[in-house]
Amino acid sequence: MPVHQYIPNSHPEVKKQMLESIGVKSVDELFAVIPDKLIFKNKLNLPNQTSEPQVRRHVERILSRNRDSGEMLSFLGSGCWPHYVPTVCDEINSRSEFLTAYTGDAYSDLGRFQALFEFQSMIGDLVAMDAVTYPTYDWASAAGDALRMAAICTGRSNVLTPRTISPEKLSVITNYCRGVARTQFVNYDPVTGQMDVEDLKKKLSKETASVYIENPSYLGFIETHGNEIAEIAHEKGALLTVGVEPLSLGILAPPGEYGADIVCGEGQPLGLHPSFGGASLGFLACRDDEKFLSATGHRLVSIAATKRSGEWGFLFLLPERSMFAARDKAACITGTGTLLWAITGAVYLSLLGPSGLRELAETIMKNTSYAMKRLSEVPGVRAPLFHSPHFEEFTVNFDGTSRTVGDFNKALLKYDILGGKDISKEFSELGRTAIYCTTEMHTKEDIDKLASTLSELMK
Amino acid sequence: MRASTKQETTYRAVNWNEPIIYQLSKAGRRGSAIVAADPEIEKAVGNVVLTIPDRARRKISPALPELSEPEVVRHFLRLSQETYGVDSGISVGVGTCTMKYNPKVNDALARSRKLTEIHPLQDEDTVQGILEIIYTLGKWLCEISGMDEASMHPRSGAHAVLTNAQIIRKYHECNGELDQRDEMITIVLSHPCNGAGPAVAGFKVITLYPNEDGIPDVEALKTSVSKHTAGLMMTDPYDTGVFDRNLDEYIQIIHDTGGLVAIDQANANPLLGRFRIGDAGADLCHFNLHKSFSTPHGSSGPGSSPICVKSELSRFLPVPVVTYDGAKYYFDYDRPDTIGKTASFYGVIPNVVRAYAWILSMGAEGLKEASEVAVINSNYLIQKLLKIRGVTLPWKESYPRRLQEARFSVQKMKEETGIGVDALNRRIVDLGIQRCFTAHEPPIVPEPLTPEPTESNSKEDIDHFVDAIQQISDEAYSDPAIVEDAPHNCSITKIDMSTAIDPNKWAMTWRAYVKKRGLLQFSS
Repeated sequence: MPVHQYIPNSHPEVKKQMLESIGVKSVDELFAVIPDKLIFKNKLNLPNQTSEPQVRRHVERILSRNRDSGEMLSFLGSGCWPHYVPTVCDEINSRSEFLTAYTGDAYSDLGRFQALFEFQSMIGDLVAMDAVTYPTYDWASAAGDALRMAAICTGRSNVLTPRTISPEKLSVITNYCRGVARTQFVNYDPVTGQMDVEDLKKKLSKETASVYIENPSYLGFIETHGNEIAEIAHEKGALLTVGVEPLSLGILAPPGEYGADIVCGEGQPLGLHPSFGGASLGFLACRDDEKFLSATGHRLVSIAATKRSGEWGFLFLLPERSMFAARDKAACITGTGTLLWAITGAVYLSLLGPSGLRELAETIMKNTSYAMKRLSEVPGVRAPLFHSPHFEEFTVNFDGTSRTVGDFNKALLKYDILGGKDISKEFSELGRTAIYCTTEMHTKEDIDKLASTLSELMK
Repeated sequence: MRASTKQETTYRAVNWNEPIIYQLSKAGRRGSAIVAADPEIEKAVGNVVLTIPDRARRKISPALPELSEPEVVRHFLRLSQETYGVDSGISVGVGTCTMKYNPKVNDALARSRKLTEIHPLQDEDTVQGILEIIYTLGKWLCEISGMDEASMHPRSGAHAVLTNAQIIRKYHECNGELDQRDEMITIVLSHPCNGAGPAVAGFKVITLYPNEDGIPDVEALKTSVSKHTAGLMMTDPYDTGVFDRNLDEYIQIIHDTGGLVAIDQANANPLLGRFRIGDAGADLCHFNLHKSFSTPHGSSGPGSSPICVKSELSRFLPVPVVTYDGAKYYFDYDRPDTIGKTASFYGVIPNVVRAYAWILSMGAEGLKEASEVAVINSNYLIQKLLKIRGVTLPWKESYPRRLQEARFSVQKMKEETGIGVDALNRRIVDLGIQRCFTAHEPPIVPEPLTPEPTESNSKEDIDHFVDAIQQISDEAYSDPAIVEDAPHNCSITKIDMSTAIDPNKWAMTWRAYVKKRGLLQFSS
C-alpha cells in the first residue's frame, strides 16, 4: 500500500522504527490479543483507494441526481423548514476550530463553551426560562427527554399529548418514556383544532406527570389557550411542557410566561440548512430548580468565576446525574449532542436580535395567511381546516376533488412544485389533507403560482 | 529524560478576554435586514398578527443582544480562536474519542447545495442521489462489520445504543417474552451508554466488573444469565484498549439463554479490515462515524452512529429503511414490527456523505492501514509513557500490548507528589496540547489517563506529547505548585468548581446570571 496522505506514519520505514521501539517483530504481534479464529482473513469488498479529485467527481456526480430547492418551488415543512441561512452562519460553523473540537474543557476550549452558553441564554430569552440544557438531537428527542424529566420529577406515570401531535414525534416520545410514563391523547376541538379543555379536565388525574402542547401545532395552528391549560394542569399537580418552533416566538407569548414548566423545540430554523433532515437541533429548557435538573441526565453547562477577576470560565453542573457518571441510573441518554448547530443558532439569533426576530415572524405569518387565502379560493380545496390563527404551516384539504394528495403532488411536480406533506394516512379523520409550509422565502409570485397551478389542475 | 528545549514552551493560548455577547449589545443595532412581506400581501391579509388573541401574543420582545453584522462576526471568530480543535494541534491525549483528521474534501462535499438544499420529504424521484449514498454506505458498513442491514438514523453513540436496546426489546416483545426478559447485562469497562441505553429502554441493568486480569470472568457472566436475560450490551475493545478474548464465549452464553448481543463498536478503529463483529456472532452493533470514520466532532456534535444488524432483526429497524429495487432507491416504511422512530427523519446526513467519501479515499487497504498505524502509534506511546516517573499501566502483566488506546494511572504520582490527573490536565493545555481523556465513572483505574494517538498523529506528535507528560512529571516531583496552580498560559485561569453544586452560583443563561449577579466570586 502506498503512503497514505492522511496517515503520517504510513511510511514503511517509520513503521519499522516504531515496531522496533515497541519491541515486536511484526505488527501481527500487536493484534495477538484477538483470537486467531476471529481474525478476518479476506479482503473487504470495498472500492479501492481513490484520489481526492476522483472522490470529488464521483460524489458530486451522485449528488447531482438530487434536485435542490433552487430548481423547484417547495411547500414542504413538517419539522424541517426552509428559511434563509445568513452567510455568517455558514462562515462561523465552517471555522475549523469549532468544526473539529470535541471534549476539551474550558481551559482549552473556552470559545465553544462561551458560544454554547450564549446559545442557552438566547433560548432562555426566547422561551422565558432560566435553565437551558446541553443541546440534543431534534425537537422529537428533546420532547421525549422533556416528558421523561416530567415523569421522574413528579413521580407520576402518565403524559397527556394533543391528538394533533405528529405520529412520528409521538413514536419518539414513546420510545424515550419507556418504563417511566405512557402517553394518552387529549381530543381537539373539531372547529378550531385547539386542545379540548373539557376532555383535558376529564383525563387529568393524580397520575398525570405533564400535559404536553405544541406551539405552533403540527398542523400549523397556534394553540392560544396555553395559560388556561397551564392552570388546569397545575391544579392537579401536573406540569405543563410546551414544544415550540423558535421563530414563532418573535410574535407568540413565551411559554415561561403562560405557565410552562418545561420547554422543548427545534433549532433547525436558526441558521441551519434543511440538509435532508440531517441538520436538526433539539433544545430543552426548564425551571432553574434542582428538582427539575435532578430529573434529567442531560449535561448542564454553567458560567463560573475564575481566579482572575473580570473573566469567566464554564463547567458542568451536578455531574453525578449525567450518563457518564450515573450509567444505568441516569435519567436520560445523550452523550454527543449538537453543539456545532447550537453555536450556529447563537450566531443566527445574534444577527436577528429582538427586532429582526419579530419582523421575521410577522413576515412568515403574513405569507402564511396569504397562502391560506389564495388556496382557499381554489375550487374543491379547503385551506385551512381549522379556524385559528396559523404560523408557517396550515392544512390543505382536497376532499372536494376526486383526487388524492399524492395525485396532486405528482401533478405539481411536473410544474417543478413540491406540494405539502401528505397526512391522509396519519390523520384519516381529516380526509385527504396535506400540510403546506410558507416562510419568508416564499414570494407573492410563488404563492400565486401554487394557487394558479392547483386551479389549473382542477380543470 | 529532561524535557527538550522545544518543551520550554512559549505557547500562549489566544486570549481575547471576549465579553459575553450580551455585554456587547447596543440598543437599536441590528445584524440583518429582514425581508418584509410583499405590500400586496400586506394589503390582502392586513395585520394578521392581531388575530392572535392577546393572551397568546408576545408583548415584550425577547432580550436578545443587538449587534451589527461585523460585530457578530468578530465575536464568534474570536470564540472560535479560543477553541482547540483537531486541526489546532495535538489531541493525542483524547482517548475513546478517536480524534483523527477530518479531511477537508469531505466537508466541501457536505456543503454542496445538492445536499444542504434538499428537503427530507421530497418525492423520492428528486433525491435519488442522496438515497444512493445512504444505501451504499449502509452496505459498506455491513461489509466492514459482517452484518446484514444498516440504519443511519441514530445521531450519536448513546442514541445508537438506545436504538439497539429498543430493537432487543421489540424482539422479545414479538416473541411474547418481554415480561420475562427484563434484564440487560453490561460490562463496566464499556462506555456508560451501554448501561444508560437499556435502562432508558426500560430494562433492569446488571453490571459485570473485571477480575484481576482486566476482563470479567466467564463464570461471572454464566451466573448472571437466566430466563430473565434480554441480552448483553457492551463495548469491545474496551476503553482500556483491551480486546476481550472471551467475546465469542460470552455471545454463545447469551445466545444459549435466548438473549441477543449488541456490541458497541465506538472503538472500532483498530479493527477495520481485520475483525468483524458480525463474524464473532454479535446480533447488533453500531459505529461512530465521528470516530472511526473521520467525520468532524463539531465541538460535541452532531455525531452520527449507524447501527448494523443481522437479517433476523432487520424487521425491527427504525423506519424508513432506504432500499433499492435494482432500478430505484426508495424509502421502505412497510416494516410492521419496526421499533418506530428514535428521532425525526433519517439521521445526520451530512456526516453520512462525509463517511462515504472517506471510505472511498481510504479503500479497503487504506482502512486496514489506518487501523494498523493506529495500533502501532498506541503501542509506541505505551512503551514511552511507561518510562515516565509516576505513570503506570494497570493490567500491564496480562495485557502488555493494547489496541487503539491504553488506560494509564498517575495514582503513584498523586501519592508521591499530590499531582493527579486533574492538575495534569490543567497543566498540559499550558503546553499547547489538548487535555487527556480520563475515564468514565466508576473509576476502576485510580487517577486514570486514556490517550489514543489514532493514525493521524505523526511519530513527532507522539514524541511531543510524551515530552509534555515528562515535563509535567518532572515538575510534579520538583515544583508541584506550578502544576497545581495551572493553567498559566490559557485563555482563563483556574475555575471556581464549587459552582457545579451550588444553586446560588450556577447560571445556565445570562438571564439567570443577571439575577444571581454578585454571587459569582472565586472560592476554592
